[in-house]
This record gives sequence, structure tokens and C-alpha cells, in this order.
Amino acid sequence: MDRRHLLQGTLLGTAGLTASGRLLAAPAGSPRFLLVFLRGGYDALSLLVPAASQGSAYRELRPNIAVVATTASADKPGSVNSPGPLPLNSDWGLHPALQASLLPLVAQRQISFVPYAGTDDLTRSHFETQDSIELGQALTGRRDYGSGFLNRLAGLMQGAPGALPGSDAIAFTDQLPLALRGELGIANLSLKVEPRGGDDKLRAALAGMYRDHPLQDRMAGAFEVRQDAARQIAGVAPAGMAGEQVSANRGAINAKGFELEARRIARLMRERYALGFVDIGGWDTHVGQGAATGYLASRFEELGRGLAAYADELGAAAWRNTVVVVISEFGRTARENGNRGTDHGHGSVHWVLGGSLTAGVVVGEQQAFEAKTLHQNRDLPVLNEYRSVLGGLLARQFALSPAQLDGVFPGARAKDLGLV
Amino acid sequence: MVSDAPAVQRRGLLGLAAWSLGGLAGCAGSGAVAPALRPGHPADAADAAYRLANRLSWGATDAEVDRVQRLGAEGYISEQLRAAAGALPAAAQSQIAALRIQTTPPLALWQEIDAARKLADARPTEAERKAGQDAFQAAHNRLAREAMHRHLLRALYAPNQLQERLQWFWFNHFNVHQSKSNIRVLLGDYEEHAIRPHALGRFRDLLGAATRHPAMLRYLDNEQNAAARLNENHARELLELHTLGVSDGGAAYGGWGGYSQRDVQELARVLTGHGVNVTDKTPNVKPSQAGLYIRSGLYEFNPARHDFSDKTVLGRVIQGRGAAELNEVLDVLALHPSTAAFVSHKLARHLLADEPPPALVAAMVAAWQRHDGRIAEVLGVLLRAPAFTAPAAAAAAKFKDPMRYAVSAVRAAYGERVVLNTLPMQGWLNRMGEGLYNRQTPDGYPDTAASWTGSGQLAVRLEIARAIGSGPAGLFKGEDPALQPEQPAFPQLARAVYWQQLRPLMAASTRQALDSAATPQDWNTLFLSSPEFMYG
Repeated sequence: MDRRHLLQGTLLGTAGLTASGRLLAAPAGSPRFLLVFLRGGYDALSLLVPAASQGSAYRELRPNIAVVATTASADKPGSVNSPGPLPLNSDWGLHPALQASLLPLVAQRQISFVPYAGTDDLTRSHFETQDSIELGQALTGRRDYGSGFLNRLAGLMQGAPGALPGSDAIAFTDQLPLALRGELGIANLSLKVEPRGGDDKLRAALAGMYRDHPLQDRMAGAFEVRQDAARQIAGVAPAGMAGEQVSANRGAINAKGFELEARRIARLMRERYALGFVDIGGWDTHVGQGAATGYLASRFEELGRGLAAYADELGAAAWRNTVVVVISEFGRTARENGNRGTDHGHGSVHWVLGGSLTAGVVVGEQQAFEAKTLHQNRDLPVLNEYRSVLGGLLARQFALSPAQLDGVFPGARAKDLGLV
Repeated sequence: MVSDAPAVQRRGLLGLAAWSLGGLAGCAGSGAVAPALRPGHPADAADAAYRLANRLSWGATDAEVDRVQRLGAEGYISEQLRAAAGALPAAAQSQIAALRIQTTPPLALWQEIDAARKLADARPTEAERKAGQDAFQAAHNRLAREAMHRHLLRALYAPNQLQERLQWFWFNHFNVHQSKSNIRVLLGDYEEHAIRPHALGRFRDLLGAATRHPAMLRYLDNEQNAAARLNENHARELLELHTLGVSDGGAAYGGWGGYSQRDVQELARVLTGHGVNVTDKTPNVKPSQAGLYIRSGLYEFNPARHDFSDKTVLGRVIQGRGAAELNEVLDVLALHPSTAAFVSHKLARHLLADEPPPALVAAMVAAWQRHDGRIAEVLGVLLRAPAFTAPAAAAAAKFKDPMRYAVSAVRAAYGERVVLNTLPMQGWLNRMGEGLYNRQTPDGYPDTAASWTGSGQLAVRLEIARAIGSGPAGLFKGEDPALQPEQPAFPQLARAVYWQQLRPLMAASTRQALDSAATPQDWNTLFLSSPEFMYG
């Protein structure tokens, strides 16, 4: 208890807030990391599509939902023109819904995909697997629900001698996610809705009520985080979107709102924070997921647009020091189910984006996509365990020692894919 | 909205008038004002009555404090321990009576929803099947919301306040999560039939009902636990979270736990066969075991899935014979010294303080053992302890968790006036991170200040203080505003009880801040944000 209190006092007292109670800017050169968690287990085989060079298994397993080139035909109602997967290399293509948003990043080598990625947790339960990934602990042994891996990373950064101002972490969610729970008291602030600053009049009165109270610092932090966010974000709107449309989007949970949310997040990450977390739901496509177009395609389109907007809003300087990782709890079945959807599977594809990536467009250990290489004759195996991949990445980005990395992912062996 | 505006404004003005009067009175000095408003009770007795009502119930209201004063502390405590305080107000009862979870057994609800989905699944187009899926989810969500509505109405208005506090506490102790495997349809039944009848009864009965309820069997995967296909999930949580406590825990309170991985595996074998059946069909059972089959609603004990070999749990040999094995183990667990210590400590932590006095917890444990684990007897020790009504220093007082915060705020603001809509409260609870039935993990929501006082969490709480303090906040508007237009309402917090009991006990800095408020809305917001309201 006391130790925790002390840590939190340190967070607000020195690293986060100045004596005057203002949040300090994050220096442009300091590294920034954003974790985007797709809750529901997105269908990775619709994102990163095995190319024809990998044989016909993909199309055979998915007679109705394979992402393939199609042409509109008067004979077939609802048929559309689609170029099919956009070739990334000889083995893989990208879902065409991401053409406008992500192909420019591919061209600039600012995005890499890690197929066959995920956790060794085989429950195929959303609940179990999201938790185990967010906690980042070894699968053997007792789980500590009070310690997420991003909180442990934030703790390292805060605890370092001479920690930089702006090394704060924040969750852009309504509730503090498991990944950010732990020793450090970390703020959460959903930006689906534009934050309001509240009025200074009440702020002074509240500060008065909590003077010399154990909650004094955290009350100040509550105002500061929110008001600062309101200041930084005021007026952020996608180009061409009128104010009325912006306000009409408030609180919308569809991913159309994600571009706006991503721009708000970018503003705050650019100015204030080193570690961020956001989650997006709606990926549990058991029924009617579509193919080159349709439900899942729209989700990809909206997500891609948001990620591109995030890079754009950060600006070139901050983007150079930024890494965004997109993960999900598991992949889905390689075969389509009886409802033109897919069920819970295993291996997924992780996305890595950033202004200074140094790896190819598809990285990590891979194998040929064939019916006989499926994991348990059902889904993709995990060849790139997430703690190893993220560990290798974070160690490079934040210059962590092996001992420090062991604090973030205890017992994991970092796998350096040369991403940054 | 438009047509209500004048009325709302008028209420606002009335509120302002009351507030101004209060403000003037306050200027004369709190000490001078209070005695004139206080009808014949010595100040300390009135303060103790306020504290008892506030700690025992979901938050002090004028009526609750009156009740304590009328019955006396002992009379009030005994009434609450017997859950004998009478019925809900009609305006709340009629809302509850109209709910489907109230009128329809869960098996019928389940089959109705499922039948609709099966019809939709058989439709030829994807759009129709998708619509069927959406309707299926919507039907489930509606039933979960009904359970939340009932839970909140009872918390706000039930005269048996202690029972309602414990209803929440025990649900959290035997937590299930609404998003797993359509548990939403079972929530209402779980609360009503597994927890509620036993909230103040024997812990053994509560344990048995919760352990065998389909919501729990499904949530902890025991419906998939079968001989030779063991699933340890339920067994582990039953030992660690529901009874003995995590091994080596609670050193300051005499310690709890005391089971091994082997005990978990053995208990998992005891639990095999206890499962869920959502159909009207009876599974195939060998004729020799047919007499061992049990079916009750959605609960099923299927001997064909049970491991009939002998087991050894906590050193005791359990003869393999069917569903009765579980009863034998639960008998042992319910009266185990670790369970008595673990659960007594948890009760005291919830109702009194993050770190309750070890001697008090020890007295509760003794009562547990003396009275066969009767919860009312154990709680009696806690509620009658001087510590329970003693004025607490701010540091030792309990920081209200979000549920207690939201319910106590609405009770303080509107007293007996029954809200029409609890959706705003459901939303506040979710925003504050303590939504009803929304804890994913079986450990339930945490119960200490450290879990609820992050700066982001406080920021949300201040926004909710603002929402509650500024106006009706949607509480008095039916879910369909066309049928039930919004009623004018304004939170009445600057009432006599404030001037009589609260203000004199408040820190000078809080009084100063309240006196600086420019509007009733600001005053209310500050009141609900004050340390004195956040703790209690």
C-alpha cells in the first residue's frame, strides 16, 4: 500500500507534473509506443492473404469468403469489381480495403506484418486469451491480475533515474485495461468523445477540498490529464468534415469514428505520452463476414484509415519515433463455417507500423499455407510468440537491458525481428 | 424535452431558493444553526445514527436515518439482519413486477430466444441470418439490463438495505461475467434464486446454490468437466476464491488457504457431471445409474459424465457415489477455519475498512464457528462493534467503490422518489469500471481504495458527480420517452440533514468550497465530489 502510494506520488509529483501542476511535453525525440488491441479475434487470413504461389488451399478452405479478385456481373446480383489481394511479396497479399490507407505506408517501408503470431494459450476463449496477452506473464504458474505488461514497462520508464518528462502511459479507453493495471497509477481517458475540460472555478474549489488530503495529487492529476487533453485536442477534425458532422459522430462506436479518435490520440501522444493503449471491438465474425467487400472489409477500411490518420496527425518528426502494434487475441479457423463466417482459431497476424521501421513487409518465422500444415487441422500455428516478438521490439525501441525486459515479460526470450 | 423546460426550470429555481436559504443560515455559523433544526436528539447520538445508516445501507437518506432513530441502533441492526423491514415502494415494485426475468423461468426464456435464432439461421439470405443473430444478442442484452434494473431499484429503495448490500457483495464473491456464453439470460435467476435467499442465511446454503447454478457452471466451464476430460477451472476457483482463500494469504488475520494442486484435481473429479442442460431432452444414462440423474431447471447432474472413483479432498476420503460427493465436500469447506477467516475478513473489508481490525475479524470468525456459518450472526458481530459507528478519521474510512458511490449519490439526491430509468446509472457504473455483471474475471471487483483512485478514475467520478448534481440526468425519463416523458427533477442535497449532521462534521476546507459555489448545480457537484461524500 505505502509503496504503491509512493510510486504514484512520484508519478504525479515529478515525472508527470511540474510544481505548477502542468504536464510537461514529451520531447520530440523520445520513443512512443501505441498498442491497438482488436478485441474479438479478427480474421487474419482475410488481412494477409496467401498468394497463388502458396497453392489453392486458401480458396478451397474458403469457398465463399476467400478474398479474391472479382468482377461485377449482371448475372450475379451483388457482385462487385475487386482487384483481389494487393501483392506484398511473392507469398502474401493485403486485403484490398486497405489500398488507399496502407499501401502508401507499404511503399515507404513503414509497415510490417508478422504472420503466425500470437500466444501459446490454446483455450480459444476471448476472455482467457485477451487476459493472458494483456498480462504478459508466463502461462505456467499463477496469474497476477494486478500486473499488466504495459504497466510494468511504464514502471521501468518511470523508475529509471532521470526519467524523462512525458514518459507517462495512458489508456484511451473507458476502463483501465488489464495491460495497464498494476503498480503504477495510470490514467484512462476515452477519446471516442471529445474530452471536455471542466471549469476552472470548480477545479479551484476541488483543489481546496483536497488540500493535504491523501488524494490531493491524484485529484490534481485527474483535472490535468483531462484539461490538457481538451486543450490538445480542441478542433481536431478530419479534413473536409464540417463541425456539425463531427459533433454528430460523437460517441459513435462504429469504426467510422475511429479516424477521429485516432487523430485525437495522435495529438495527445505527440505532445504528452510515451505509452498508449486503445482497443477496438467488433471482430468476432462468426456470421457473414464478407470477402473482398462486406462487413470485415469495412472494418479493415476504417481501421486502416484511422492508422494512416494517426501517422498523419503525429507529424513526420514524432512518427519517426513511433511504433504502433496492432494485435488481437487469436486468429480464426482457416475453414469457413456454415454461416459464411469463421470460428475461434489460434495464430494471428500482428501489424507493426512506424516512421523508422527497418524490416521487410512480412517478417518472422513462416511456413507454407497448406491444409496439411494447419494447427490441429483447424487454424494457424503460432511460430512467433507475442512476448518474444514484442519483447524484441520494445527492447530495441526503449533500449531495455535483458534484466529490464525480463521485468516486462518474465521468462520470455526476446526475438529480435529487426523491426526498428 | 421542450415542453418540460419550464417545469424543469421552476424546479431548479425552487432548488436554488432552498439552497439560498440554507446558505444564509450557514453564514450564521454551523454550530449555531444545527441545534435549532435538530429535534431533541443529542448531537452525538444523531451523528451515530447517521453513520450507522450510511455504513449499513446503500447510503443515508432522511428516511433511513429516521428509521435508525425510531428503532434505535440495536432495533435497526436486528431488523436488517433478519431482512424483515418490509416491501419496496409501489412505484419500484411495479417496475420490477413487469420484468420478464420476474415472470418467466430461465429455461423458457432460453428456449424462446434460441428458437427465434434457429428460425433465423434457417433463412436463405445472409442479411436475414445476420438480423437473426442481432436479434438474439439484443434479446440477451435486454434480459441482462432487466437484471441490472431490478438490482439497482432494490439497492435504491428496498427497506432491507443490508440484504441488498450483501446481494451485491455475494454476487461479487461468486462472480460470473455476463459476456461469457450467453450467461446474460441466467443472471436474473442466479441473483434471485441462488444468492438472494441466502444472503443473510447459512454460508453453506449460499455456497451450494451458487456452486450448482447454471450461470456458475457455465462461467467456470464445469459443464465441460467430465470423467477423463477434466477441467479444473471451477474446482480451483471454488477453493481459492469462494471458500478457503489463496494459499498463504491473510497472514495478518490468522491466515487462510491450505489446499494443494492435488486437492484442486480431486475436487475437479468431484465436480464432474454437474452441468447445464438447455434442452427438454434427458441424456442417455445407464439403467443402473438412472436413479442418480438430477435435473432442476437448467441444472443437470449427469452420472454418465461423472467420475465415480473415490477422491481425497483436504485429506478426507470422498467415496465415489455421484452428486452427493459435492455436498460432502461443500460441508467441509463451508465450516473450514480458512473459509471462516477469508470470508469474514472480506465482509469486514467491504462494510467497514480496507484493513479491518484483526481482533474484530477474529470475533467474526468465532461467531462463524459458533453459529454454523450463519452470515447474520457473523455480521451481527461486525455491525454491533463500536468501530462500526465510531467516527473514522478520513484515512481509515472506506473509499466508496463506484457502485456504492453511484447508489448513495442517487439516494442522497432523491431519497424515496423512485427513478423511472436506471440506464444512466448502468452507464455510470460501466464508465467507472464497476458495471453490474461486468467483471470478466472470477475474482470479482477489487475492494480497496487503491483500485478506484487512479487519476483517470477520479476524473470520471467527478464527471459523474457533475451529471448527478446538475439535474435529473435521465433518471426520470422512461426508456421510451414517448410513453413516459421526462419528469421534472432536481437533486436535493442541501437539505436539513446536511445542515444538521453533515456540515458540522465536514472539514473546514470542504465547507469553504461549498460556500463558494455560485449555483445549486455547482454546490451539488462539489458536495458529491467532497472527501466526506467519497468516503464513508
